[in-house]
Amino acid sequence: MSGAGIAFEREGATSGFRWPFASWWGTGLVGAAVWLGVAAVTVLWREVIPLPYGDVFAWICAGVAAVLLVGAVTGAPGPIGQRLRNAGPWAIALGLFLGLWEIVTAKTGRLPLPFFPSPQALVEVYVDDWPRLLDSLAASGWLLVRGFAFGALAGFSIGLAMGWWRRAGYWIHPVLRLIGPVPATAWLPIIFFVFPTSASASVFVIALASAFPVAVLTWSGIASVNRDYYDIARTLGASERFLILKVAVPAALPHLFVGLFMGLGSSFAVLVVAEMLGVKSGLGWYLSWAQGWGAYANLYAALLVMALACSTLITVLFRARDRLLSWQKGMVRW
Amino acid sequence: MVAAAALRIPEAEAAAGFRVDIRDVSHRFVLDGKPLPVLDQVGFSVKPGSFTALIGPSGCGKSTLLRLLAGLDHPTDGQVLVDGVPVGRPDPSRILVFQDPTLFPWRSVRDNVALGPEARGTAKAAGGRIDEVIRTVGLDGFASAYPHQLSGGMAQRVSLARALVNDPQLLLLDEPLGKLDSLTRLAMQEELVAIWRRTGLTALLVTHDVEEALFLSQRVIVFGPRPARIVATIDVDLPYPRHRGDPRLAELRREALGHLGLAESW
Repeated sequence: MSGAGIAFEREGATSGFRWPFASWWGTGLVGAAVWLGVAAVTVLWREVIPLPYGDVFAWICAGVAAVLLVGAVTGAPGPIGQRLRNAGPWAIALGLFLGLWEIVTAKTGRLPLPFFPSPQALVEVYVDDWPRLLDSLAASGWLLVRGFAFGALAGFSIGLAMGWWRRAGYWIHPVLRLIGPVPATAWLPIIFFVFPTSASASVFVIALASAFPVAVLTWSGIASVNRDYYDIARTLGASERFLILKVAVPAALPHLFVGLFMGLGSSFAVLVVAEMLGVKSGLGWYLSWAQGWGAYANLYAALLVMALACSTLITVLFRARDRLLSWQKGMVRW
Repeated sequence: MVAAAALRIPEAEAAAGFRVDIRDVSHRFVLDGKPLPVLDQVGFSVKPGSFTALIGPSGCGKSTLLRLLAGLDHPTDGQVLVDGVPVGRPDPSRILVFQDPTLFPWRSVRDNVALGPEARGTAKAAGGRIDEVIRTVGLDGFASAYPHQLSGGMAQRVSLARALVNDPQLLLLDEPLGKLDSLTRLAMQEELVAIWRRTGLTALLVTHDVEEALFLSQRVIVFGPRPARIVATIDVDLPYPRHRGDPRLAELRREALGHLGLAESW
């Protein structure tokens, strides 16, 4: 009976009147209009001071508009369509922001140069100076990876030793209390003359900055493990090695990840400072170089690259955590 | 004599469980610098393969006795003998099941059950046995579930399976059903009896529940308030499977409650 009722309702729904554009995606349509508008403003409105690369910027905007339009007309089906739908409101907001930016810089000159370059000036940087940007990104990345890897490993080992062996805790704890809270950058002047190269010095400072939070949180993670876990494992015949590797460490893993996030955050800060002060390559160096030349478009371009790179690294760490801690419930999604 | 004949020895398939001898055991904790006696000259013996329940007021030291038997603590005075040998380090042949299932939340059901074999480096060889035990406690189909996905009763079954997979000869149960809802509790009482009868291990159960003690065990040892002393021993002369409505159980319950100073409510 009830099954027939449901079938009847479905039929009723499909046989009713249908709006001709009912399957279109409205938000996408609005987004496409906005981005097309930005392109039109860029091309048609005369600039205060003529600028190159306006056409490239307009084409990029038109491309975004085209993607949104295709999505709008097809109704954005499938998993890719779903992602596009999610991004829809943001696409509108971003388009409006870019349009406004274009108008207050290139078109009217409301915001003063050189501090506020126009969107096409950023496009110019990416088109003309990408080899140097890429080089800086690679240099920063390599420095960060080495520093953070050493720091995380050292921090984890220190935290584990403190949490597990009373004697290790006795000796390490005061040192950690004294040195840990000092901003790692405060050591830079000393470290730059102690270490043979500025790169090795930077690796050390980044490691120092990331090791402290990792050590403290690993330590507290190990210390807060439910004592019953050890009793159970011991009754079942576990060795000390098993207790450390298969009980203490996995139980402390949620804490460890908090430490890794904090460590990664402070390693970004230290990286940029180190590159601005001593290292002759990398995004931090690019920033101070651009500032020195008053090349503010380069500055913004590098900042954007840096933001994307840092965000990507945090995302990678979150993904790793999601995999390893899939047994936990109620996790924050990045 | 009739009562003794009614005490049927369970048909054991594995080797019989351990014999347990508690000889004049006293135990003290140190709390805020002052000694706190929890066990006072306790002595009793348990036959191999038997099921014994320990009841008494809460905090009277029954759980401490189980920890001494597991080898997690050592008595201040007296001797704790398992199979005639003083208890030393914890050993998989004597396993304690806690009131909280205390499963490792980062391990699936199967990996939790496999903990013992894995700790001793025999997980590969024990593979079939692990699956078998998971079936025994009625959790087939949940092997890859994580503890946070399980109900209280299921989690406690996993905890039981984690003990049974090691083929213990002494199973120490510290209020294992204490936190379960009453229906799950009744069902698991029957399962505990079935498992005990099949394996032939020696079972020692600490509980607050007089009915549970009488329904499950062959002998109930009643403790007084802390420091715990044995007040009475009740032999439950009924064959298995038992029936909860058995008038003899009601009689014994009145006796047990009397020893606990609660006879007025009956």
